[in-house]
Amino acid sequence: MTGYWFLDHLWLVPLLPFIGFIVTGLFLGSSARRTSAWTAIAAVGLSAVCGWGAAFEYFSEFNGEALVTFEFPWIEFSSSLTGNAGILADRISILLVLVVTTISFLIHVYSQGYMHGDRGYRRFFAFMNLFTFSMLGLVLSSSILEIFVFWELVGLSSFLLIGFYWERPAAVAACKKAFIVTRFADLGFLIGLLVLSYHAGSFDFRELNSPDTINHLAGITAPFFGCSILTLSALLVFAGAAGKSAMFPLHIWLPDAMEGPTPVSALIHAATMVVAGVYLVARLFPMFSATTAGIDLVMWTGAFTCLFAALIAITQVDIKRVLAFSTLSQIGYMMLALGVASMDESLGYTASMFHLTTHACFKALLFLCAGSVIHAVHSNDVRDMGGLRKKMPITHFTFLIACLAIAGVPPLSGFFSKDEILAAALHSGEYAVFAIAATAAGLTAFYMFRIYLLTFWNAPQDKQRYDQAHESPLSMTFPLVVLAVPSALLGIVPFSDFVHISELEHHATNWMVVGVSTTLGLCGIALAFLFYFKPNQWPARFAFAFSGIYKLVFRKFYIDELYIFITHKIIFRSISRPLNWFDRHIIDGFMDLTAQSARRLGAWLRKTATGGAQVYLLWSIAGAGVTMLALHILGAGIVVVALSGVGAAAVTVFIFQFTLQLLNKSEPLKRIEID
Amino acid sequence: MNSPGLEHYLIFAALLFCIGLYGIVTRRNLIGMLMSVEIILNAAALNFVAFHRFKFGGDVAGAMFPLFIIAIAAAEAAVALAIILALFRRKRNLDVLSDNLLKN
Repeated sequence: MTGYWFLDHLWLVPLLPFIGFIVTGLFLGSSARRTSAWTAIAAVGLSAVCGWGAAFEYFSEFNGEALVTFEFPWIEFSSSLTGNAGILADRISILLVLVVTTISFLIHVYSQGYMHGDRGYRRFFAFMNLFTFSMLGLVLSSSILEIFVFWELVGLSSFLLIGFYWERPAAVAACKKAFIVTRFADLGFLIGLLVLSYHAGSFDFRELNSPDTINHLAGITAPFFGCSILTLSALLVFAGAAGKSAMFPLHIWLPDAMEGPTPVSALIHAATMVVAGVYLVARLFPMFSATTAGIDLVMWTGAFTCLFAALIAITQVDIKRVLAFSTLSQIGYMMLALGVASMDESLGYTASMFHLTTHACFKALLFLCAGSVIHAVHSNDVRDMGGLRKKMPITHFTFLIACLAIAGVPPLSGFFSKDEILAAALHSGEYAVFAIAATAAGLTAFYMFRIYLLTFWNAPQDKQRYDQAHESPLSMTFPLVVLAVPSALLGIVPFSDFVHISELEHHATNWMVVGVSTTLGLCGIALAFLFYFKPNQWPARFAFAFSGIYKLVFRKFYIDELYIFITHKIIFRSISRPLNWFDRHIIDGFMDLTAQSARRLGAWLRKTATGGAQVYLLWSIAGAGVTMLALHILGAGIVVVALSGVGAAAVTVFIFQFTLQLLNKSEPLKRIEID
Repeated sequence: MNSPGLEHYLIFAALLFCIGLYGIVTRRNLIGMLMSVEIILNAAALNFVAFHRFKFGGDVAGAMFPLFIIAIAAAEAAVALAIILALFRRKRNLDVLSDNLLKN
């Protein structure tokens, strides 16, 4: 208990959307469209109010202590290991609460207009509330066990929302893909957390991050791989984080996840859920930073994904997919920023959280603008758009702000956060990472302005779509304008005063970094203007000149094909098929065989059961006669003879049936015909 | 003249038994089958009397068995006839093969 109302009632923050989910999902009829939307919006809105209240109290009264304001023992594994569930308030959890509730609220308002007329209106809002609940539970979790539960819940709600248009096979395929890929990664997380908490003797984050525990874990050698338990569990936990944050090579689900409605892409697959991996690494940052292998993996995965996704984004034509790859790239930035940080030099940590916040604003804004455009032209393809700036002035203006922010043009928010990351990378001495990040910054500016110019400038590509296009209703443009404010101005907030993990040395502004990043950003923008401002031959010529590379990048480096090859050709063929054969023929066969044998024997015996009383009598008399004769001649030996005779008959039938079974000749088990 | 010995009685009883058995298996009428059962019972009773006479010297106790069998046979016949009567009322015939009573 802290004595502050909002902090003491921080559990209200996740609870309110959950109540909203129950009410919209269960208690409202499907015709109550407006009511369901308003219930959902009110639930998230109240939650945002509680979140902001708690944030004011926390940052004004507490100096970054980790407060657990609510806790109860949940699962007792042994007398020494109890999984508690609770609400943890510290710098990053409060920050994430602000980001999630605010953006979720705006996107709920936006969806009210965007989903207008959709059949699954109520279902949509119920799922959105479920997602908001799960995400808030995730960021406020006080133990790693609790976070895992919410981790799976966000996975589930993401699955439900990607597959929202379940009539479309592509959406169904995408939601399955997302679920399976992240679930696969979560297996690593689960094993990692079990290893970690077993050796640390606790699930609690405060316990896990304490120096004593970390030293203890670093001292134990894992029974295999020859590394310490600390490194092993960090690598496993990072597998889960990489899956959820769609880091290479587990990134394949995110672009496909764009099959969901655009507000979903904005909320889940750009602003909040996909940064859960970054958040998890940040949450366990003391642990990660204590193991070189772990933190290096974070850094290189982040750096590679950052560049890799930026390259792919250049070639894509689906506006949402470009944004998806851009998201991958920006999350790569956050990861690499965490990777270059250490407990002594924690600038990267702050930069990562800063970029997470600014990115959540401008990426959500970009997606919502894209949604607004899609809403107007009914197409995702930038080749169907063009010249829309006059038709949709608000969308155009806010999109431009977001583009400038993500491209890192001063003095917009993205400039500050990206600059901080670059400075952290340079300062840590990882020059290769710095070079990659700077290159990716230039590419970011280029591909963002590419879609900006193709959408809003250039020449209208499709006359009919252009003529039908119109500005979106107020419920959609209002969130755009609101989000444009932090996208532009968030950089001015002295962010490092609020979020840091150790004392930050205040460096003088590194003008070299500022110069490099701004120059590269402006070059990217200039190049985009050259190529796409007016229709011209340059893009086509370049694509033709580098057709090999272009194709490689356009097909996303054939990673999907590689996955298909590995799963279909290798795993399915060499593992699943033999297992399937074994299951079908040996396991099922054995069962069928028993039934079939009994059935055949029965069919044969059935012929004797004619129902004629006298025939039965005859049989029984004959049986008695035979028995007596046998007893007379053979004595007690009759028992043995009879048993072995019956046994031999049964075995013969059995083997006969089994052979048929293996040859696939036997009839499948069906009803027994009664004549 | 030789008075008949044990073997004669036993052979006679066996013949009776076989006649009864044949009757049970071949008669199509339930009443005929019932009569055949009675013959089999009489064959058994005859065996008892024969063993009683030749092996145990005509003790009175031995004669009780046939008497019991006769009494029970009478009771059984009464029950069986009642059943047959009920069956006849229901089906208007007593042919065991007319439809398979024990099937379905």
